[in-house]
Amino acid sequence: MSLRIVVTVKYVPDATGDRHFADDLTVDRDDVDGLLSELDEYAVEQALQISENSDDDVEITVLTVGPEDAKDALRKALSMGADKAIHVEDDDLHGTDAIGTSLVLAKAVEKAGYDLVISGMASTDGTMGVVPALLAERLGVPQVTLLSEVSVEDGTVKGRRDGDAASEQLEASLPAVASVTDQSGEARYPSFKGIMAAKKKPVQSWDLSDLDIDEDEVGLENAYTTVDAATERPARTAGTIVKDEGEGGKQLAAFLAERKFV
Amino acid sequence: MAEVLVYVDHADGAVRKPTLELLTLARRIGEPVAVALGNGAADTAATLAEHGAVKVLTHEAAEYADYLVVPKVDALQAAHEAVSPAAVLVSSSAEGKEIAARLALRLGSGIITDAVDLEAGDEGPVATQSVFAASYTTKSRVSKGTPVITVKPNSAAVEAAPAAGTVEALSVSFSAQATGTKVTGRAPRESTGRPELTEAAIVVSGGRGVNGAENFAIIEALADSLGAAVGASRAAVDAGWYPHTNQVGQTGKSVSPQLYIASGISGAIQHRAGMQTSKTIVAVNKDAEAPIFDLVDYGIVGDLFDVVPQLTEEIKTRKG
Ligand SMILES: Cc1cc2nc3c(=O)[nH]c(=O)nc-3n(C[C@H](O)[C@H](O)[C@H](O)COP(=O)(O)OP(=O)(O)OC[C@H]3O[C@@H](n4cnc5c(N)ncnc54)[C@H](O)[C@@H]3O)c2cc1C
Ligand SMILES: Nc1ncnc2c1ncn2[C@@H]1O[C@H](COP(=O)(O)O)[C@@H](O)[C@H]1O
Repeated sequence: MSLRIVVTVKYVPDATGDRHFADDLTVDRDDVDGLLSELDEYAVEQALQISENSDDDVEITVLTVGPEDAKDALRKALSMGADKAIHVEDDDLHGTDAIGTSLVLAKAVEKAGYDLVISGMASTDGTMGVVPALLAERLGVPQVTLLSEVSVEDGTVKGRRDGDAASEQLEASLPAVASVTDQSGEARYPSFKGIMAAKKKPVQSWDLSDLDIDEDEVGLENAYTTVDAATERPARTAGTIVKDEGEGGKQLAAFLAERKFV
Repeated sequence: MAEVLVYVDHADGAVRKPTLELLTLARRIGEPVAVALGNGAADTAATLAEHGAVKVLTHEAAEYADYLVVPKVDALQAAHEAVSPAAVLVSSSAEGKEIAARLALRLGSGIITDAVDLEAGDEGPVATQSVFAASYTTKSRVSKGTPVITVKPNSAAVEAAPAAGTVEALSVSFSAQATGTKVTGRAPRESTGRPELTEAAIVVSGGRGVNGAENFAIIEALADSLGAAVGASRAAVDAGWYPHTNQVGQTGKSVSPQLYIASGISGAIQHRAGMQTSKTIVAVNKDAEAPIFDLVDYGIVGDLFDVVPQLTEEIKTRKG
């Protein structure tokens, strides 16, 4: 038996950098260094663990939709141990929103062939956390999302989803779309050997025509949502900072009382 | 006036506070029609009516508890067909966002997630969002289809606004996908007796500086003196000192209370992402250079093991 896993990974501006909007109110991807979203490293890690724990022949493909530089994210995933990569890149994709992105991912996943898609819990720039659900809806397969534990056996994916009200055990037949949280286990660092091996692994590039997607289905002009304004939040006015000389707790209590919290 | 669908988050008929906040926002755009699903759905009606629901559409079926997300999407889609609303509002829980996204896709609509405010506009509802770890505020709207918008807890006040709240049974036929993901087990969270983190007016959080699970008793004591919820940084959660359900930040809960007290937390960008919109921010940290001090209204540079217990005692004294 074989198991084809596609891991969706996003290339995002570094969250510790100074993130801004470009003039067209899309995320500025030029002025800040980009990287593989940390939350997608967990998805790559779980794919690798499923492969390591399986007697089946497992093939892991990493897939990204993004600009030229997004190849860096694919390289990182390949150096962690994924087998091959697909890069969907097209000028018409600039400004595509979650609904559009899910269309491109769905078409690409179908073209690649899959038994299981694994996504991250959310992208670290958009932080919507909706693409995996959208992808499942588009593909017409079960969504097994936000898992802190995941396993695959006999054509079934199982996992634990820790929600606000309860912790749930989930189960679905393949093919399916899963997503994993940062509670699923630390992602490995690429080894030197892994980094060298990644250089030889295949990276395919597809554009919209390869996926039979019309340019008027994606991009900023065709987005389903419009950002009318983006304003930088004014810096908080500098507060009072006091060194504790033995009365710090009492001083703090006085402040809280003044603000009517006590 | 146009109707606005509000998805009701409830536990066996007990309506959760974020849903009442949605009703406040829905009334700015139109007449709220609530959709309550699953066990106890009809029991939500009285509370919803008190807060402005003109109608409550209910449907009870085992599928809502036995399968993930999709049955609820089917029901909302049925409600959308029945009502033709001007917008659909859902609260921004993990599940709420997934339900909203799939619904939007089916309706051919756009989706906005994690709004912190909502107003009526000439071209439909305008949502305010706080992005890039709250360093930017954006105004957006859905430009195609029926706007589907998820709203963060604590984004609006709960207001009494008595309305009819007529209960009507919603008829739902489940899609082929509805039973795709089975919930084979469910362990409900144990109640701590403290307020819900995302709903609390005051949140008291501890980080790596708390230095051990047993020391979280100091944080809890301060929280209890203020009637607050307890939060934790990811470092404290990863160390196993406090449950992940209490994590504040990018991959934990996003909170926006009246008062946030951070002790032994440095203020990394991913932590700030979950608390930066709090109205008043207070920190105790022994490192005067900690980035958390850039955010504070009041900060104490000192050892939390001295400052926090003294603070708790003083609050108790002041409260008598
Ligand atoms: C993708 C991603 C997602 C993340 N998501 C989150 C998230 O959701 N939430 C989150 O919190 N983090 C998150 N992080 C982690 C984040 O980057 C920081 O590592 C984390 O917030 C640090 O926690 P901390 O402030 O408790 O610990 P530290 O950064 O180690 O800070 C501890 C602080 O305690 C102070 N201290 C020590 N002892 C005392 C004492 N006795 N008295 C007073 N002060 C003392 C120190 O001076 C220091 O400032 C995420 C990271 C990534 C990459
Ligand atoms: N452009 C993209 N390319 C590949 N995967 C993506 C892209 N955008 C989102 N994803 C996947 O969807 C998950 C959730 O993203 P989001 O809904 O944007 O928060 C991410 O963790 C990725 O796995």
